[in-house]
Amino acid sequence: MLTSPTSLDALRLSLVTSTSATAVAFVLGVPLAWLLARAHFPGRRLARALVTIPLVLPPVVGGIALLLAFGRRGLVGQYLEQWFGITLPFTTPGVIVAEAFVAMPFLIITVEGALRGLDGRHEQAAATLGARRLTVFRRVTLPLIAPSLVAGTVLTFARALGEFGATITFAGNLPGVTQTLPLAVYVGLEGDPSEAVALSLVLLAVSVTILVLLRDRWLRTGTAA
Amino acid sequence: MSASLSVRAVVQRDDFELAVTMAVAVGEVVAVIGPNGAGKSTLLRAVSGLLPLTQGRIEIGGRVVDDPEFGVLVPPEERRVGVVFQAYLLFPHLTVRENVAFGPRATGAGLKQARTTAGRWIDALGLTSLASRRPDQLSGGQSQRVALARALAGDPDVLLLDEPMAALDAGTRIDVRAELRDHLRDVNTPTLLITHDPLDALMLADRILVLEEGRVTQQGVAVEVARRPSSTYVAKLLGLNLLRGTAHDGTITLEGGGLLSATDRDADGPVLVALRPDAVSLHATEPHGSARNVWQGRVDGVEPIGDRVRVSTVGPPAVMADVTAAAVSELGLVPGTPVWLSTKATELEVYPAGATPAH
Repeated sequence: MLTSPTSLDALRLSLVTSTSATAVAFVLGVPLAWLLARAHFPGRRLARALVTIPLVLPPVVGGIALLLAFGRRGLVGQYLEQWFGITLPFTTPGVIVAEAFVAMPFLIITVEGALRGLDGRHEQAAATLGARRLTVFRRVTLPLIAPSLVAGTVLTFARALGEFGATITFAGNLPGVTQTLPLAVYVGLEGDPSEAVALSLVLLAVSVTILVLLRDRWLRTGTAA
Repeated sequence: MSASLSVRAVVQRDDFELAVTMAVAVGEVVAVIGPNGAGKSTLLRAVSGLLPLTQGRIEIGGRVVDDPEFGVLVPPEERRVGVVFQAYLLFPHLTVRENVAFGPRATGAGLKQARTTAGRWIDALGLTSLASRRPDQLSGGQSQRVALARALAGDPDVLLLDEPMAALDAGTRIDVRAELRDHLRDVNTPTLLITHDPLDALMLADRILVLEEGRVTQQGVAVEVARRPSSTYVAKLLGLNLLRGTAHDGTITLEGGGLLSATDRDADGPVLVALRPDAVSLHATEPHGSARNVWQGRVDGVEPIGDRVRVSTVGPPAVMADVTAAAVSELGLVPGTPVWLSTKATELEVYPAGATPAH
């Protein structure tokens, strides 16, 4: 069943883009979570609201927002093209951007909550031992919130894997380039329903596995270390 | 005496002000003792750099680390302080060895060198067999030793101990305290110990500084403070009777009424009288012994303490007396019972009020 080239392409593409999107979300999201939890700067409340917008926004609208920002004539997109020759819409990197945009809030919210849950005393202890802020963050803060980092990362990956609306709006539905598993399921429903069901089962299996793992290992012990 | 920690600290917070001047010499252990909210932790946080001074100056090893007037404020990571926190705050994700090596690593030592340094302190504090354990596999006393090793491995210029006994249960406290005393004796770093337990202060410290409501109310050599407390708080901690009065020619007129005779005839003017409860005897009828001080009182409370019974009486003067359980039943001591009290003149520790012995 899962042997048609289209399905295999979609599976491969989904794994690559979801993993990449998770990596992007991690690299951008952890420092952002730290800023939101610890730093005091004007407009912090607004920043927090902006970060969580993708959670409540219909993904299609998110895709349109991305087009307006990163489209060829978008606010940022026109300069990306002029200066660097980079075009995001309807490309594989565009898929990664769309997935990261929608999924990153899961990581930020989880990690920010964990950072707020720390009382800072271990970090103060580390400071008295001569550790500078970056060392404290790397060797004390991050390990203390490791369970939440893992939980946030897995949730982010799961969300990215299932992303549909923003992806199809911003990156289109090109087999092998931007057609991820959920898009393949959608297309499959019209041509080959059994293929669509099989792909759906794959997605379902992944989701259930992740939830079971999270429940047993991380969600129960909580976000605090 | 070149003080290696010198503090002139004023910290203002809301409606509380801490104003302390003190110094700790190399190899000396000074205990800061005081009730909750006296400012002990504020002082420790100021020295370790976790709380900036409002006014004053802190010098560690001759280096100014905080002086708001000159805009100097060295952050904790550059102060070279070793802190043993009340809850120890060992890093839960690291082994004992990694915890102890944390300081050397953080201050730039290579992995190998940090491990060597950590190994030395682990051995010195008898933690060798526990080196691979994680903090959740340690007892309270073991955690305390790891915290001490971790603080010392960074080769600090000053060692700060914040209520090091508070997290231990009463049963292990005695042994751990004796152990800590041995370790502190070997340490050649000026040490500041924060505690609310007089036994910690007496056993671990060379000098005691009493802090009440943000002010130093007494400081001196440990035995001296224990013998001649200058505040009701310290007297109560030590379980001593403390009476105020005016001395003249060997007779002390007490503030609350009553007269006492002392052997010391030199004291003149306002004095404090410290009297151990076990130096007070209780009688059913007027005693005709050698005791020079005899007065009548009434039992106010009866409370067992160890193998003795502490009887508080109203006088004047109101004092506590320690007697045997047998005496309690013999004399039929219950609240309200009238009793005669006596104590020898030689048992009274008489000293000028207000003056803190300088050392």
